[in-house]
Amino acid sequence: MSADRFRPAQARRRRAGQIFQVLCVTSIGFSIAVLAILLVDVARDGLRWVSWDFLTHFPSRIPERAGIKSAILGSLWMMALTAGISFPIGVGAAIYLEEYSPRNWFTRILQTNIANLAGVPSIVYGILGLAIFVRFFGFGRSVLAGAATLALLVLPVVIIAAQEALKAVPNSLREASYGVGATKWQTIRYQVLPVALPGILTGTILSLSRAIGETAPLIMIGALTFIAFSPTSPMDPFTVLPIQIFNWTAKPQAEFHELAAGAIVVLLIVLLVMNAGAILLRNKFQKRF
Amino acid sequence: MQTEAELTSPSGSGGPPGGAPRSAVTLDLRHRASRRWGERVIALLLFGCGLISVLTTVGIVVVLVTESAGFFREVPIAEFLTGTRWSPMYSEQHFGILPLLNGTLLIAAGSMLIALPVGLTSAIYLSEYASPKVRAVIKPILEVLAGIPTVVYGYFALTFVTPFIRMVFPGTGIFNAASGAIVVGIMIIPMVASLSEDALNAVPLSLREAAYGLGATKFEVSTRVVVPSALSGIVASFILAISRAIGETMAVTLAAGATPRMTLNFLESIQTMTAYIVQVSLGETPHGTLEYRTIFAVGLVLFIITLAMNLLSQRITRRFREVYE
Repeated sequence: MSADRFRPAQARRRRAGQIFQVLCVTSIGFSIAVLAILLVDVARDGLRWVSWDFLTHFPSRIPERAGIKSAILGSLWMMALTAGISFPIGVGAAIYLEEYSPRNWFTRILQTNIANLAGVPSIVYGILGLAIFVRFFGFGRSVLAGAATLALLVLPVVIIAAQEALKAVPNSLREASYGVGATKWQTIRYQVLPVALPGILTGTILSLSRAIGETAPLIMIGALTFIAFSPTSPMDPFTVLPIQIFNWTAKPQAEFHELAAGAIVVLLIVLLVMNAGAILLRNKFQKRF
Repeated sequence: MQTEAELTSPSGSGGPPGGAPRSAVTLDLRHRASRRWGERVIALLLFGCGLISVLTTVGIVVVLVTESAGFFREVPIAEFLTGTRWSPMYSEQHFGILPLLNGTLLIAAGSMLIALPVGLTSAIYLSEYASPKVRAVIKPILEVLAGIPTVVYGYFALTFVTPFIRMVFPGTGIFNAASGAIVVGIMIIPMVASLSEDALNAVPLSLREAAYGLGATKFEVSTRVVVPSALSGIVASFILAISRAIGETMAVTLAAGATPRMTLNFLESIQTMTAYIVQVSLGETPHGTLEYRTIFAVGLVLFIITLAMNLLSQRITRRFREVYE
C-alpha cells in the first residue's frame, strides 16, 4: 500500500537528479567548448601569419611587413626584470613570514595586507607605477618602470606560493639542523630553502606567466604601441606582446585583426611552455614527506 | 617554530668570559658574535622584504588620495558621486561618475549571470559527481581557461562574440555591453568553480553519508546538504568573482566601447571605470590637468569598491564558516 505511494515520488526524484547531472555536465562542457572555440578562432585567423619574418620584423603600417620583434624583445626584458625584482623580495618576505615573524598584530596586518593586495585590480597597480616609478623615481616610460610595476603586481602571488612551499618543509628538518648547532639562517639557507625551492620556483613561474599576459598596467605607465627598434637597456621605451595585440585588435581593418591573432598564437605558445615547465619542475623535484 | 630568544640563549650563556682556557673561549665567542650579527642583518633584510608589501598598499592609498584631493578641490564630491553625465574631454565638462559606475555594474551583473550558475554547477560536478580520472582532465582545462590573458579574451569578444550577437540581434553596434559581459563571465568561471569546489570539498564525508543513509538521492545530497553546508565559501567566491569583474580592464575596453551612458540595455555601447582610465592614459591629456586627475578619482572609487568586496569576502569566510572537526 504505502510502497505504491512512494514509487512515483522516487521516480520523480531520480529524474530530477538525472536532469541536474545533465545540467552539470553541460556547464563543464560549456567551458571546454568555449576554450576550443577560442583556440580554433585564434588559430584559424592567425596561424598563417606566424612565420620567421613575423617573428623578426618590426611592426609596420603595412600588414604584410609587420612583425613582432620589438614586442618579443620587450616581453623578454620585462619577464627577466620582473623575475629579478619579484623573486628575491617575494621569497624574502615569505621566509620572514614563515620563519621569523612573531605572532603579533603586525604580522597579522602583513598577512591580511598580502591577501588584499592579491585582489587589487591590475589597472590600480598601473596608476601606482605611473605615479611612483615613472614620475617620482624618474624612471620615465621605461622597461624598468614597467618591470617594477609588474613586480609589485605579482609579489603577493609569489609570496603566497613561497609560503606554501616553506610550510610544506617538515619541522624535523629544522630541529635536526638546530640540533647539530646551526644558526637560524644556516638552517634556512642549507636545509629549508633547498627543499622548498622547487615549490617556490613553480609558484614564481606561474605568477610570471600572469605578468607576461598583463596589458592594462603597462598601458598606464605608458608602454608605446609602435616601437621600431630593439630595447638595449632597462631605461629604454618598450612594447610587449599583449600591448601589440591590443593595438592591432583595436584597429578596424581585418588584416590587423589577423596579425593580432598571429601574435596571440605566439603569446599562447610562450605561456604553454612556461606552464609546462612549471609543472615538470613540480613533478620532477618535489619531495614528499 | 622556534623564536629568536630560544635559539640564541644557549650560545649566549654557554661560554662566560674568564677562566683558564680563556683564549680559546673568546675566539669561539667572537666567531659566534659575528655570526649572530650577520643573523640579525639577515632577519632585518627579510623583514624589509615583508615591509615592501605594506609600502605597496600605503603607496596606492597615498597616490590615489593625494591626486584625487587635487581633483576634488575643483569638482565637488557631491557632484562627482551623483552626477549622471561624464564628459571630461568635451568643451562642456561634466564630472558625474554614475554613467561609468552604471557601465561597470552592467558588465559585472551580466558576467555573473554566466559565471555564477556555470561556475557553481561545475564545482558541484567536480566535487560530487566526477570520478578522479575525469577530474584530472577537467581541472587542467579550467586552469588553462583561467591562464589566458585578458587581452586575448578581448580579441575573442570582438572577433567572435560580437559578430555572433550581431547575427542574433541585427542592428547592434560593434561595441556593446553584452559582448564584454559574456567574455568577462567566461574568464571568471574557473575562479568561481575552483573556489566553490574547495568549499564543497571541505564538507566532511560524514554529512553526505548521513543523508544517503536517510535515503536521499545524489542530487538531494548535493543540493540540500553539501551546498548549504559550504554556503559561506560559495558566497565568498561569488563576491571575489564580482570584484574581479569590476576590476577587469582589457576585454571591456576592447569590446564594450567608450560611451559613458546611463543604461540597462546590454546591446548599447557603454564605458566602464577601468576602460575610461585606459582611454585617458592612451590619449594626449597633459599631466597635471583636471582632465588627467580624473583617472585618480575614478581609480580611487574602483579601489574602494574592490577592496570593500575583498574584505567582505574574507569576513564571510571567517565568520560564517561551519567548523567541522
